[in-house]
Amino acid sequence: MTILETHGLTKRFGDLTALDGLTLGVEAGEAFGLLGPNGAGKTTAIRMLTTLLPPTSGDARVAGLDVRREAAAVRRAIGYVPQALSVDGSLTACENLLIFAKLYDLPRAERAGRIQAALALVGLSDFAGKLVREFSGGMIRRLEIAQSTLHRPRLLFLDEPTVGLDPLARTAVWEHVERLRGELGTTLFLTTHSMEEADSLCSRLAILHRGKLAAVGTPAELKASLGRPAGTEVTLDDVFLHYAGDPLGAPLPEGGSFRETSRERRTARRLG
Amino acid sequence: MRWLRDLVCKTFVIAELEVLRLRHDYTEVITRGVQPVLWLLLFGEVFSRARAIPTGGVPYLDFMAPGILAQSVLFVAIFYGIGIIWERDLGLTNKLLVSPTPRAALVLGKAVSAGVRALPQVVVIFVLATLLGVRMRWSPLSLLGLIAAAFTGAALFSTFSLIIACLVKTRERFMGIGQLMTMPLFFASNAIYPISMMPVWLRWISRVNPLTYEVDALRSLMVAGTASAFGLGLDFAVLLAWTVVLVALGAKLYPRVVT
Repeated sequence: MTILETHGLTKRFGDLTALDGLTLGVEAGEAFGLLGPNGAGKTTAIRMLTTLLPPTSGDARVAGLDVRREAAAVRRAIGYVPQALSVDGSLTACENLLIFAKLYDLPRAERAGRIQAALALVGLSDFAGKLVREFSGGMIRRLEIAQSTLHRPRLLFLDEPTVGLDPLARTAVWEHVERLRGELGTTLFLTTHSMEEADSLCSRLAILHRGKLAAVGTPAELKASLGRPAGTEVTLDDVFLHYAGDPLGAPLPEGGSFRETSRERRTARRLG
Repeated sequence: MRWLRDLVCKTFVIAELEVLRLRHDYTEVITRGVQPVLWLLLFGEVFSRARAIPTGGVPYLDFMAPGILAQSVLFVAIFYGIGIIWERDLGLTNKLLVSPTPRAALVLGKAVSAGVRALPQVVVIFVLATLLGVRMRWSPLSLLGLIAAAFTGAALFSTFSLIIACLVKTRERFMGIGQLMTMPLFFASNAIYPISMMPVWLRWISRVNPLTYEVDALRSLMVAGTASAFGLGLDFAVLLAWTVVLVALGAKLYPRVVT
């Protein structure tokens, strides 16, 4: 069953076309990764799919709902872990989850149980009453994942989920995300520019280059698509360079606005 | 009817979020109590000696105390937008906008929490004014009215501030505009001198300035021997009408803060 589909999804900011005619389909239960260098349009795509930005043209259906006309229903069906911090440092882990349990209309009788289960799923049960500002970067990310999945969304969007995390914390986040998919059957849609992350988490990938879809397929299909001689070891880095790098040794496109870069660095600093 | 219930419930959840923050760190509440104390003790004491301002037989300190309450509420509320930009920069705003919370509830919840933050100021000024010998009204109904007027004023001006934040989007620009907004609002009102002293053009401005109606309500509800110049009904009607219009506008503009 297709849980997410876009047709010619486009976003323009003045003269700049951030995303240019993206056509994609994601099946329920998949872990789908959107790859691309900075400024390729990954975050723009995710912001349109999560109803934060209206598309300039084209359409997108998420969980069978139109992101423009049925935005409120889309919001109920999805979870979203933005790149920037999205939990409140001045509240405890439990209070953060309680506020979102209420915002997502979880019945009063179920709230405590769901919060406990969500904390257990991400290994934070012992820290429920602790202020989030005392958490480490990895714990914050896991709490954000718990917060975004309290209402058991069918589809979870993760925007660069491990940016700024050390390798240990990164592996822990991957494990928890995998558990989530295994136990709740949540479909994952994530953006990343870490090939390691794409390789370990994603069952299918799409590569964006300058706002356009450059390639889509399973990691194995993408590796095979390079047509290298049999026996040559091809990595996702090769795939990425092939589709998102420019020919004739031209430097990689360096995208990303000032605000985007500053947000990314701030997130990295806070989590790190 | 369902949307109305949703609006009310979610407004309280957003307000709860803000109150929880205050509960974990209440230094902000204390520091905000200091400013009105200074105004009343320094400015108020000196000006009541000058006897230069015609207050219609009311001692100047009595005349000014409700104005200072309105001013402290305004000064705190008008910089509320900084918090909105800060939350946007942190990432919290994205998270709230992706939740199934009506935009109007996000804005109204913030307004309610600004109202809650104004309550300690009411207490500080009420106690201090009593100690300074201002003839207070002690009837429970007046006290309730006083709280309601200060609460609505805070809600109104914090929403105004939110709108500005959604339009200017950066802290630096907001700081400049915040300073620029406070002075005309304050001086084109009846907070520290009566409207009758103003030149005609300024009187007209003061008549559309919601702060004038807030001060008018606060004065008649707080100080014995004063009466509302416009009538309490009109005062509250103007304050509520402004709040409704601003919340509706804020709900439209709030999603823009993240784009």
